[in-house]
Amino acid sequence: MVQLIKFVGRYAVELFIFLGKMFIFLVESIYHIFIPPFKFRNFLRQLRFFGNKSMIVVIFTGAFSGMVLALQGYYALNKFGAEALLGPVVALSLIRELGPVLCALMVTGRAGSAVTAEIGIMRITEQIDALTVMAVNPIKYVVVPNILAGIVAFPLLTAVFDLVGIYGGYLVSVHALGLSEGTYFSQMELYVDMEDIEIGLYKSLSFGLLVTWICTFMGYNSGYGARGVSRATTNAVVLSSVVILVWDYMLGAFLL
Amino acid sequence: MIEIKDLYKSFGKQQVLKGVNLVINEGEVTAIIGRSGGGKSVLLKHIIGLLKPDKGSIFIKGKDITKLKGRELDEIRADIGVVFQGGALFDSMTVYENVAFPLVEKTKLSKKEIHERVIKALTDVGLQGMEYKYPAELSGGMRKRVALARALIAHPKILLFDEPTTGLDPILVRSIHKLIKDTQIQYGFTGLIISHEIPEIFEISDKVAMLHDGRIVEVGTPEEIQKSDNIVVKNFIMGIENGGDYEKRKY
Repeated sequence: MVQLIKFVGRYAVELFIFLGKMFIFLVESIYHIFIPPFKFRNFLRQLRFFGNKSMIVVIFTGAFSGMVLALQGYYALNKFGAEALLGPVVALSLIRELGPVLCALMVTGRAGSAVTAEIGIMRITEQIDALTVMAVNPIKYVVVPNILAGIVAFPLLTAVFDLVGIYGGYLVSVHALGLSEGTYFSQMELYVDMEDIEIGLYKSLSFGLLVTWICTFMGYNSGYGARGVSRATTNAVVLSSVVILVWDYMLGAFLL
Repeated sequence: MIEIKDLYKSFGKQQVLKGVNLVINEGEVTAIIGRSGGGKSVLLKHIIGLLKPDKGSIFIKGKDITKLKGRELDEIRADIGVVFQGGALFDSMTVYENVAFPLVEKTKLSKKEIHERVIKALTDVGLQGMEYKYPAELSGGMRKRVALARALIAHPKILLFDEPTTGLDPILVRSIHKLIKDTQIQYGFTGLIISHEIPEIFEISDKVAMLHDGRIVEVGTPEEIQKSDNIVVKNFIMGIENGGDYEKRKY
């Protein structure tokens, strides 16, 4: 019994320290966002890495998500004779929920993991130390550009995801399932409000911050050697994915 | 120039530094020798403020850097260059960008001035024509030279070397040592070299300190160290295991 209490106690203390470190890391990063000199070129490079280079994977997943939503939505709505609502079902599911979440998960897998690995390798090869001794703040130089790039890129990628998804849904609904083009889009226009788009935007903005925060933190505090970096990368992807889903629910419950 | 007083550092239950005392004189090259895992790199990281000691002080230009933070620490660091064990070159940048980095980030020099200084620094270390190669395309010896060029470019008053010749063949070891000595004469920096290259390190050092079991057990000129009666120093120089003998002696 005493052993169990010890184990739980130690785990709780470690978790508390870990969360504290993460919080301090975020506060320090946010502080450096507003303090010059601004590393604009680093930000642009990371924006290209997060945004431009994730485009293909986002377009593919967006298109197939929209297509499968249309297919399954048609099957369900057909049972109630409500196929006309297929457009709004596809659009609302994508804009409010699937777009931000799936897009964030895909970008975490593609770019977030790479950022963790890159910063982790910088840590174990003393490149972070080299920055520090050259009086260049590594948080400002390495971490802040990633966080800013995430905050800008995630909503834009989500918008692409939504658009492509809606078009994918249109292809299946109209060309495969025989729904009229007018019904698909006019119903969508009727049921999708600006508020839905705003919710999607808030979600993707917060995912951008969360994912880049977690991934840069894990890389920055990576353990020694190749194993340390691989563990940091795995932890970054797993933690980011879990946090995306949990935060999505919390935000959904709060904003609904 | 650098005065280390009673420095203690532990990681968990392992005590790495157990009261290090050392004075590094201005304009000299001081070598710290000792076995791997003896705390040499930990000591160096304290001198540049990457680690904070549990107890003790390090005075650089009269300021205790163990108490400094933020800008004050950065001001001291501006006078210090470091050549890391693996070079710590930025692998996403070319040789030119690596060497230019301290000037681009910390000075307001024009592109032309930076270019001239980069070319000079690369020429000084014998790497002219390598500007646009990436670190991964260079040999171990070349990477160390680039690291030295990057450390020299801001004309630091103090240059710290963390095992600058580890993993190099004996000819390259001599060539890097000669380069350190030549650049020290040319730039006039105060040098601190962490090394276990025996006997090569004696050729370029003005003073040698032996770090063993977390303490400096002997300090002297290379000649004095080579003639030392201290069993730990003697055994280290001759490459003999000495743990048991040392434990029996009281320092």
